[in-house]
Amino acid sequence: MTKGQAISLQKNDGGSLTAVRMGLGWQAAPRRGLFGSRTREIDLDASAVLFADKQPVDVVFFRHLVSDDGSVRHTGDNLVGGVGQGGDDEAILVDLARVPVHIDQIVFTVNSFTGQTFQEVQNAFCRLVDETNGQELARYTLAGGGAYTAQVMAKVHRAGPGWTMTALGTPANGRTFQDLMPAILPLL
Amino acid sequence: MTAELVRGQNHPLSQAHLEIRVSAGTPVVAAATLGDEGGTVRGVEWVAHPGTPTLPGLEVSRQAAADHRLAVDLDAMPEAVHRVHVLLSLPQAGGGPVRFGAVAAPFVAVTGLDGSGVASYTITGLDSESAVVALELYRRQGAWKVRAVGQGYAGGLAELLTDQGLPQARQLASGIHEAVAQGLARSVQAPPPRTADGDRSRQTAASAPGPDTSAPTPHGTQGHHNAVGPYTTHGAPGSPSVPPVAGPGAGDPSGPAPTDPSTSGPTPPSAGPATGGPIDYSHPRRGTSAPPPPPPTAPPAAPGQPAQPVAGDATGWSMEERLYNQIWGMFEDLARTTAAYRSAVDFAESRLEKEIDQVLSDPRSRIGGQGDAAREAALARQTQLVDQARQALDRDLAQLVAESDVVEPALPPAFAGWDNPVWHSYRVPMEIPMALRLGDLGLPESDRLRIPLLVRLPLERGLWIDSGRTAMADDAFVDTHERRRLAVESAVAHTARLLAVYPADEFTVHVIDPAGSGAQALGPLVHTGVLAGPPARGAAGVADVLGRLTQRVDLVQMALRGGVADSLPPDFDTAQQLLVVNDFPHGFDDRAVTQLRYLADEGPAVGVHLMMVADREDAAGYGPLLDPLWRSLLRLTPVPDDHLADPWVGHAWTYEPALVPPGSAVLETVLRQVAAARTKRS
Repeated sequence: MTKGQAISLQKNDGGSLTAVRMGLGWQAAPRRGLFGSRTREIDLDASAVLFADKQPVDVVFFRHLVSDDGSVRHTGDNLVGGVGQGGDDEAILVDLARVPVHIDQIVFTVNSFTGQTFQEVQNAFCRLVDETNGQELARYTLAGGGAYTAQVMAKVHRAGPGWTMTALGTPANGRTFQDLMPAILPLL
Repeated sequence: MTAELVRGQNHPLSQAHLEIRVSAGTPVVAAATLGDEGGTVRGVEWVAHPGTPTLPGLEVSRQAAADHRLAVDLDAMPEAVHRVHVLLSLPQAGGGPVRFGAVAAPFVAVTGLDGSGVASYTITGLDSESAVVALELYRRQGAWKVRAVGQGYAGGLAELLTDQGLPQARQLASGIHEAVAQGLARSVQAPPPRTADGDRSRQTAASAPGPDTSAPTPHGTQGHHNAVGPYTTHGAPGSPSVPPVAGPGAGDPSGPAPTDPSTSGPTPPSAGPATGGPIDYSHPRRGTSAPPPPPPTAPPAAPGQPAQPVAGDATGWSMEERLYNQIWGMFEDLARTTAAYRSAVDFAESRLEKEIDQVLSDPRSRIGGQGDAAREAALARQTQLVDQARQALDRDLAQLVAESDVVEPALPPAFAGWDNPVWHSYRVPMEIPMALRLGDLGLPESDRLRIPLLVRLPLERGLWIDSGRTAMADDAFVDTHERRRLAVESAVAHTARLLAVYPADEFTVHVIDPAGSGAQALGPLVHTGVLAGPPARGAAGVADVLGRLTQRVDLVQMALRGGVADSLPPDFDTAQQLLVVNDFPHGFDDRAVTQLRYLADEGPAVGVHLMMVADREDAAGYGPLLDPLWRSLLRLTPVPDDHLADPWVGHAWTYEPALVPPGSAVLETVLRQVAAARTKRS
């Protein structure tokens, strides 16, 4: 999907999407021959910020793995990345039916904690998946994506009885989601 | 590889890109100051703090948190900088602890960017200080080194910054606290120990969950953190903070290895029939070698309907473990669904206030009925959101109540309340259960729902039945005398439970009642003959019992350290020991107090446990000397009181002790069976 495109998370059969997963994957830094331990690891972090009326209410990231209400869960911090074959190295699961009634937007972000820009990271991607059937709703390739250390990826927001997802793909810079708040607010 | 520093020790730093990891077990503010050759901080622009988190070569977190990762690039430091001090301070806002002495010792580690350890330092010995210089990074002949400092300041950040020669120290300190207070409004807590795969996962005692990679809590401090428990409220007068109930399996890893339920838990009742044959060939004590019987699963739900709850619908190697995990799952679900509700209601309130303010400040609203209409609309929006939140809460509560209705009747005695019929068919057990119910937990939003408060056995910490004033009880109706009687009564109920759930002769109870004031309430324990001896009276009785138990702890510790655990004297009582102390500190001299503290610290690891029935005010004369004692115990109240917090969102839960229904003889009947089983063996 392309930047700015919005898709409704209502299913064709009339039911609405109940659970989405934001997956993030990247390839670990290549080992340096003799002194392998001095390889600079690449640590990308996925975060989700929960907003009510443009106010951040809760956030799920590597230091707070479950939102207080339990509807958003992070599968845990991966500090080094994977083999780069398309599997998610970090994932955030959102149980849309359980999101508190006042939360109207959830914004997903990706940050490079160790500071490499997406140009330097191999096979990095992030994607949104319908958790109920494994179908991919959106996918971004981060690798080679420019000299940025962060991206505001997408937002899932309430629309009528269900939820709609809008792809944002806005590049930004920062180490954790806190640094991205100024970049996120205009996108709400 | 990691050098463990002690105060004053230094260590060379070979790399310039570093990360400083802090874990404190409670939210702390992390900041850093840069100093010139003389150690002076030249101005506010040389301080990195939550309001100004980034300086050249240095970045700190914007908010208070239990865990921090500070990025440091020594190469990027200005030439003039010769020292970097890493500071920790307790936040002033948020009602948390106000002195480091009331929380676990903070732990700081210097690591490479890949997490490889360079040096670490546990800041011990802090007391009334609320700010501390943790580490110093300093240039020495062109190379950087790190030194463990640990200098605390009772006057807080202001005093600390003044001491570093900063002229505007006081203003800056209040500015930092201001920035933190703003951040606290959306405070992020350290995640509770929990496996990553989410709901109701299996957490046996044997695999006490380690810290996750993002929270580098060393094992040594994890236990310490749990021990801090219930008295933050008491250690810090006026502080409304609520202590956490330890999470499942979140015990002190250095403590006794709790019985692994997978190897010695009771054989699940369904084991025989479930495998299909009349004879079960599997070894009853080798549960792990055979796959566990499948858990009862909920039948498929009708479309649009929630699944019918089933008792034991959780993971585990035995029915007992499944029920245990299911109860913890219900506990977490209730905590979280209530958090969602409260958060929505708070939001609706604050939005209403904001909208009404707008109406009031808008001059147009003074004309005609426009203002009233806008006010009505704002109110309607608030009501609608609160109604929606209540609906979501009611939906979840209905499901949890239904689950509770099937789970409660299925509970074994150790997990069941005294009113549960399972106690009427009580038999002295052959195995130690995983956990014991000490009472119920509830929240005001969900009157009907009570979550059992289960603690792991053997007890990982002592119990304190508080006979003092409680926040919730209406003291006009409960006088001092009555409170003390109720406290002894609930101590008797807890003690009877412990005696009943241990196999015969595996649990020995000693009672100290120096003035005999608990004699009437202690009656059931005394005349059923389940005690090791009559309650000890007077100073001589206190000294005698404490002396014997202290000696026992010494003996077992020596045997364990010497690796000769099997060479204890043949007449040695191998049972777990419980000492119930009523009316503390009546009858205690200094020596007895010291022995009691020793038992509280060292006892649990060698099977000697403590149950204090005490009013902290009675022991006020000892001053802070006893703070560590109160902190090490789990505080329970004889009457409902909201002093326990869950490990996920920290709600204040109302605890109700597990008491015998009035007029019921169940306790005495059970104790008689315990005594009879004991006589048969001896």
